[in-house]
Amino acid sequence: MINPLAQSPIFTNQFGIGSGDPVLTILSLLSYLFIFVFIFYGQRIQMYVMIREVENSLFKLKLMKEEGRKTAVETIKEIGKPTTDPSSKVDRYLDYFTISPQNMDPAGIVNKLDHILDVRDQRMKDEVKLMAPASDEVQVYNLENTLEAAMALNFIYKVVRHYYLQGKKTLSLYTIMQLQMILPMVMKEAEAYASALKAFAYGQPIGDGAGPLIAARIMHGQEVHKIPKDCVYAEVPFENRTALVMKAEGPGGNVGKPGEAVQYLLEEYKGKVTAVVMIDAGLKLEGEALGEIAEGIGAAIGGPGVDQFKIEEAVVEQKIPLYAVIIKEDIGDAVSMMRKEISDAADKAIERIREVIKERTQEGDHVVIVGVGNTIGVGQ
Amino acid sequence: MTNQANSTGANKISTLVMAAIYITLILSIVAIGVGIAAFYETGTYEVTLYLLAIGFIAMALSGYYLLQSRKHTANLKIEAPKILTTIECVKCSIKTTRDFQRGDYVYKEIEKCSKCEDMQVITAIYREPTAKEKEKEKPAAV
Repeated sequence: MINPLAQSPIFTNQFGIGSGDPVLTILSLLSYLFIFVFIFYGQRIQMYVMIREVENSLFKLKLMKEEGRKTAVETIKEIGKPTTDPSSKVDRYLDYFTISPQNMDPAGIVNKLDHILDVRDQRMKDEVKLMAPASDEVQVYNLENTLEAAMALNFIYKVVRHYYLQGKKTLSLYTIMQLQMILPMVMKEAEAYASALKAFAYGQPIGDGAGPLIAARIMHGQEVHKIPKDCVYAEVPFENRTALVMKAEGPGGNVGKPGEAVQYLLEEYKGKVTAVVMIDAGLKLEGEALGEIAEGIGAAIGGPGVDQFKIEEAVVEQKIPLYAVIIKEDIGDAVSMMRKEISDAADKAIERIREVIKERTQEGDHVVIVGVGNTIGVGQ
Repeated sequence: MTNQANSTGANKISTLVMAAIYITLILSIVAIGVGIAAFYETGTYEVTLYLLAIGFIAMALSGYYLLQSRKHTANLKIEAPKILTTIECVKCSIKTTRDFQRGDYVYKEIEKCSKCEDMQVITAIYREPTAKEKEKEKPAAV
């Protein structure tokens, strides 16, 4: 019988079928199979590849989460000398949540949020004290920060796992694709928290402490006064002016309540203050150098916005100009141990503050300088 | 960390994958060998070329996945950076750097200066970036 395919030179030469060579025939059939598989199952194969990538990241997140828990438990045992095993309390703490106030009628929401955050803060500290009875105040702050980092890792892991399982269950390419696309950023943040665990456990300064570090450098050697809440300030002669330099009370992991502290200082020195300069770590864009200094206007402060609101209210009431100096770093540097570049940037930032004050105020004026951020590992 | 990694499901899956990778690698080497042998035996190019192509593609794929899995294992390790403490004598400005010790904090007064007997203070605590970080952060050309 004549093989019609063998008669066709195109089929014989280009596709190999009918050439009589079994190897070529098998290879040709395999290539067809590949083409059909990719036409009909290409998207699914792509999804499985993505699922595998997400899975790998998820395993890494799981390890980080477990490391966070382990570090927290070990630090509590080491510092707090508890009589019972704190593991179950740590597990309970890791799932702790805060419900933000209802914002359908936004009037008065700042006070509500402030109250909720105060309650949360107090509750956290009480829990830490219960878990680690032998710890002093500084250690309580540091332990709280360690637990917060462990909490963040736990939360990230759970959210990623949720979308991974949901995507896998529904075989939704778009769910998996979105997750896979944001994973590099998520992993970067998680890695920063993972490396921050030891910093918090040992009380080492973190990148976010750039503001308090600069304030501490200016106020060092002067008499320090405590002000509400969890903040300190010192009167410092600065370029023939009086600088009221304030920061959160260190060296425990603490951000204080700079909003209330600024309100307090402006009230105490009513009519005398001619400028407020805020220093904080600012988010850098890719391509910008770490530790670069930038200057601007407004309240340089992150967080839920309560302190920003209070500072803005206080300066508006007395019509005081508000200046900002930021030290640029990315989110990873902000929550992990302070990099040398950030530590070295402190002197450059002080020079910039000096220039701002000389240009914008008169000799004999009072100026408030606020170092915003977590003051862990930075005394005064 | 590495021990922990072995206890998770990640290792179970990767063992299977690794087995598949190694089998593919062996088969690819066999295919290349058979291809070369076929050339010497039959003297035809076609079969040899196909077998060599299959062999090299399979070898490239298994090599790629092998590298990927190595990268994955390396990624699971969380490196502990080195933290340094700078101690300074305010009076004679002598700076020394040592490894961080628990309890250190910036502006903590520590031992007396060997020259002027004044108290020394910690002026900085920081971490040096790793070589990998430095490489990543090289200034952009654009």
